[in-house]
Amino acid sequence: MNSLAARRRHPAAIAVLIILGLFLTGAVYAAFAPKPADATTKALPAQTVEEGKALFRANCASCHGLNAEGRATGNGDKVAGPALAGVGAGAVEFQMGTGRMPLAGPKVQAPARGEVKFSQDQIDAIGAYIASLSPGPERPSAEAIDPTKGDPAKGGELFRVNCAMCHNFAGAGGALTRGKYAPALTGTSDEHIYLAMTTGPQSMPVFNDSNLSPEAKRDIIAFLNTIEEQPKQGGLSLGSMGPVSEGLFAWVFGLGIFVAVPCGSAPNRPSTPSRFPTRPSNRRSVPR
Amino acid sequence: MNEQETHHPGAEVEPASTSSTAVRLDEGHIIGTGGVPERFTNPGLPAHVARAADLDEAAARRAEKQVATLFGLSILGTLAFIVLYFAVDLDQTVFVPGIGVTNASNLALGTTMALGMLGIGFGAVHWAKTLMPDEEVVEERHPMRASDESRERVVKVLAEGGEQSQITRRPLIKYTMGGALGLFAVPLVLQVAGSLGPMPQKSLSRTFWNGGPSGPGEDPEFRPLRLMRDPEGTPVKAEDVTIGSVFHIMPEGLLPNPDDPEAEYLEKHILEEKAKAAVILIRLDEDLIESQKQRDWGHQGIVAYSKICTHVGCPVGLYEQQTHHLLCPCHQSTFDVTQDCKVIFGPAKRPLPQLKITVDDEGYLVSAAPFAEAVGPSFWERG
Repeated sequence: MNSLAARRRHPAAIAVLIILGLFLTGAVYAAFAPKPADATTKALPAQTVEEGKALFRANCASCHGLNAEGRATGNGDKVAGPALAGVGAGAVEFQMGTGRMPLAGPKVQAPARGEVKFSQDQIDAIGAYIASLSPGPERPSAEAIDPTKGDPAKGGELFRVNCAMCHNFAGAGGALTRGKYAPALTGTSDEHIYLAMTTGPQSMPVFNDSNLSPEAKRDIIAFLNTIEEQPKQGGLSLGSMGPVSEGLFAWVFGLGIFVAVPCGSAPNRPSTPSRFPTRPSNRRSVPR
Repeated sequence: MNEQETHHPGAEVEPASTSSTAVRLDEGHIIGTGGVPERFTNPGLPAHVARAADLDEAAARRAEKQVATLFGLSILGTLAFIVLYFAVDLDQTVFVPGIGVTNASNLALGTTMALGMLGIGFGAVHWAKTLMPDEEVVEERHPMRASDESRERVVKVLAEGGEQSQITRRPLIKYTMGGALGLFAVPLVLQVAGSLGPMPQKSLSRTFWNGGPSGPGEDPEFRPLRLMRDPEGTPVKAEDVTIGSVFHIMPEGLLPNPDDPEAEYLEKHILEEKAKAAVILIRLDEDLIESQKQRDWGHQGIVAYSKICTHVGCPVGLYEQQTHHLLCPCHQSTFDVTQDCKVIFGPAKRPLPQLKITVDDEGYLVSAAPFAEAVGPSFWERG
């Protein structure tokens, strides 16, 4: 204990104490924090339309209407949830499988939260129910999205004409109007990329099979897989955002060096009188 | 400046003749006696403060070792660069935390070269700050003016030269030489002006939709051109364009068509033609279209607009199918497709030009007329 007390004035003591405090706070929080309720993952044995309908009414009907006919908010022409007849099981898989639905709150855009609230069986059941209302885009077969069967070079050409204006040449995403945005495509599963093209979620246009053939879609998936896997030849890619992030980096760090180096290397001397005479202020020359 | 302030109304100041000395900033709070000195004395250079290495031989030796260590690090870095240049395979990749998978050769060469350069730089700076003399001295500038004799001599030499060359006596030579030298500047400027290229003539007002290659010269004769998918080069049927779809279109005859290897396509100036002829094809619910002209120039709600922004010519491709807004990624000009591509936000001044389309006998979409106005940004002759 004495040796500890002797070191209490060590320069590193304050840093060690702060780290210790933070660690303890985190550990205590983790031990006592409330756990999220874990009751929704009851697996369903079979996907049936009836089960899907029940799930839909319990979880989706408040916005999309009891029979998926869509609902207005009553506030102008704002829509709480669009009608879902004809969107197909593909749209259900895309929206729920990426965690976009159920929506946490009305905003300009439903974000992909990564946290999927329903099991795959439940999503499939709701998809079967929606598909039973009216035919729509289906989930693709495993072969249709197999990136090894696609041509990444052709996919790149298609991507740059049809997708890159919103999703960025490297699939890093970009801004749209009034707070909306095209999300980054990195980390999105091959099936969800395919379904985004066939269903046209939110602001995105539809790329039907006569616009981009199924083979063209597979080529695009192959291209996206290729650029995601390829090494970053130059090191930090800075988000692959192009001149904005690179310019910002150059300004902050390039100019930062020019500012920091002269400041850091200024001669460190005891306080010296100014080389230039200081002008006495008016206040001091006024007799009190 | 000081004089003006002493005469500031309300500031009762004693006459400057009974002045005190100026108070320096580091002297703490001093109650002044009022007034400013007649003349500020030059405080001169601050006193030199000796460094540890100036006084203590052990400290100097320590500094010497530190500088040598930095130069040694640089040597190691440079040697490592040479070795790694040959040792690391160009295609080899390595995982670096915070960066991800990156090229091993680039990383190794960059790191070692940085070590080599920083070692020299830091070593030199440390050497200068610890061991090199650091006393500041003032070196007065010597006068620039030459002596009076040499100035007179120069004038005399020049005058004699002028006299002996007889330029003052023979004005014909003087004026022809001036003319020759002055005129010789013209060829230098002429080359710059002449290499600006040929005048664009009407090529800025025409596109491939006018019926063919749209360079300067005669107007091509208009013929309906099919709307072809970019980059595939295949024609589009009206029924393919479902509501919410976006097709990126080039005119027939510009891109090679894989289904029809016999078909002609452009071989020269393809980029100039693409840059003017790019079209975006969208199908709207017909009830949403507010302009009768827009409805008439489309086909059952399918409308085609130039993709070239009227601001500075970026491709306007960001179509939001829920709001029917077309956004230009360069400067955020926003066009409302339901209102004949009117500008609703951003720096663009004119709506995007619409391409009049119809369907041919086989059900494919074709152009019914060329663009009615020049596409893209404004230019001088556009009017």
